[in-house]
Amino acid sequence: MATFFGWGARLGAMMNENRGGPWGPSGGGGGSGDGDGGGPRNPWGQPPRRRRTPGTGTNVSSIDDFLRRSRERFGGRFPHQEGRPYWLYGLGVFVLLWLLFTCFHLIGPQERGVVTLFGKYSRTVNSGIAMTLPLPIERLQKVDVGQIRTRDIGSPDASQENLILTGDQNIIDVAYSVRWTIRDPQLYLFQINDPESTIGEVAESAMRAVLATVSLDDAIGAGRSDIESRVSQVMQQVLDRYGAGVRIEGIAIKQSDPPATVNNAFKEVSAAQQEAQSYINQARAYAQQQTARAQGDAAAFDKVYAEYKLAPEVTRRRMYYETMERVLSKVDKTVVEADGVTPYLPLPQVQRQAQEGAAR
Amino acid sequence: MSPALRNPIVIAFIAIILLVLVGSTFATVPETKQAVIVRFGNPDRVINAYKPGVDFGRTGAGLIARLPFMEQIVWIDKRILSVKMDRQQVLSTDQLRLQVDAFARYRIVDPLQMYISAKTEERVSDQLKPILGSAIRNELGKRQFATLLSPERGQLMANIKRALDRVARQYGAEVVDVRIKRADLPEGTPLDSAYERMRTARQQEAGAIRAQGYKQAQIIKAEADAEAARTYAEAYGKDPDFYAFYRAMQSYETTFAPGENQGRSSIIMSPDNQYLQEFKGRNR
Repeated sequence: MATFFGWGARLGAMMNENRGGPWGPSGGGGGSGDGDGGGPRNPWGQPPRRRRTPGTGTNVSSIDDFLRRSRERFGGRFPHQEGRPYWLYGLGVFVLLWLLFTCFHLIGPQERGVVTLFGKYSRTVNSGIAMTLPLPIERLQKVDVGQIRTRDIGSPDASQENLILTGDQNIIDVAYSVRWTIRDPQLYLFQINDPESTIGEVAESAMRAVLATVSLDDAIGAGRSDIESRVSQVMQQVLDRYGAGVRIEGIAIKQSDPPATVNNAFKEVSAAQQEAQSYINQARAYAQQQTARAQGDAAAFDKVYAEYKLAPEVTRRRMYYETMERVLSKVDKTVVEADGVTPYLPLPQVQRQAQEGAAR
Repeated sequence: MSPALRNPIVIAFIAIILLVLVGSTFATVPETKQAVIVRFGNPDRVINAYKPGVDFGRTGAGLIARLPFMEQIVWIDKRILSVKMDRQQVLSTDQLRLQVDAFARYRIVDPLQMYISAKTEERVSDQLKPILGSAIRNELGKRQFATLLSPERGQLMANIKRALDRVARQYGAEVVDVRIKRADLPEGTPLDSAYERMRTARQQEAGAIRAQGYKQAQIIKAEADAEAARTYAEAYGKDPDFYAFYRAMQSYETTFAPGENQGRSSIIMSPDNQYLQEFKGRNR
């Protein structure tokens, strides 16, 4: 026994270097197997020493000091000298720590704790500090119910197409993500093997089932939000049937495009739409011009006509002479005077004059 | 007696034996597992067997005892498990090939039966996988391709599920759901021809859109012309004779007045011209 203890202390000293890390609780958990006669071998065997040097607290002041003492203990006296074996104290402290770590649980604001009593579901506790019986009897599993988890299916990357058939036997490339949370922690833990991949598969099949009922134009255009809500509805139904304890928060279609190989043809359609629109715009411009011009002309005529009505004969003459003045003042005029003389028209001269006029 | 008991080695020995005994007598059955207790190789009883509609906490899970060393525990999953069918080509009645991925969800509802017939969950999955495949091939092979994309799909899935469930019962399992994950056209000719169809459909649509745009543009122009004509007619109709004169005056001005790109005009007039009436002097 004495040799046992000596080794135990050495072991404890070696373990010491790790102390302060996450060793506390997990070391305790690992120790559940040697809760029996192996107690002294446990790293927790050191606390008796702490009793001897009360000032040091849980942290060991100096490893050297500790080593020296344990060596001294090993080489010389037996630990039985004080009447009670050290390992009993060690066991006591170990049990205390064990109780501390496995009875009290801090549960975060978004978490729930599912407590099982010997494996049997006992209760779900809300956030705060929860108390349970110690570990082998009761066990608490924390589940984060507030976190919205996301699962992406397909990717907007052109290299990986997630092709889906639509109701009119066309093919589209869809990328979407599913957002979900845990609704019932106990169902989530106990009901389904591998819930995450289940959600992914259900999402894929639901998306395909819904897209199989809509047309290509709806799927790439206006029908998107409708598709999203229908998919999440179908998913919720299926998962509820499984009893998955999961709530589908929503589906987000990130991309729904025609496949890359036919994309040009689709672009042609939008080009045609632009073109048609530009035809119409041009026609509208022409129409506005035509109407405005007609209205202008008509208005001008009306004005003149109103004047003309007042003195038809005079106005007519005046307009005639004014117009003739404007016209004839700027052109070459030839008046053929005599009656009965064959008019001779000097065509070359007329042409020359015309050329001069053009050159000027 | 008492000195032997005081010997720490003896105490440790007894403690270890006790611990082993306790460990092999008691076991905790978690909510996620069903336990088949096997006595000398014979399945004897089932603990925490699945019963539909039982809330967690009221199941048979918890601490159980058994005869140490004589009874073994075989653990069987109580949760919903999945079988995935590898991608398969299916031929529909209209000779279209489809690549189908499917999965089924099942649960072991009769662990004893399952233990006798399959021993492990993996073997149940292995047994169900080909049956799922053939059920899907049979059902889809009886239908047209378009059925897959129609509301009849639900009926189809129900048939497949029934066929699979019949087999699963022999392994103590119950099929919860069968779903087609993917149903794609296979690579190569079928996919290409589908693409070609999409492409031509789009080109046709583009042509139609262009023609529609042209048609609308023409209608708009014609309507504007008609509108203009009506405006003119309304105004000029008041005095056609004056309009003829008015318009002639405008026309002369445009035609004979030298503009930017016009040649010079030469006018040869007869003295009888009305314009020159006064020029000749009046014969009164």
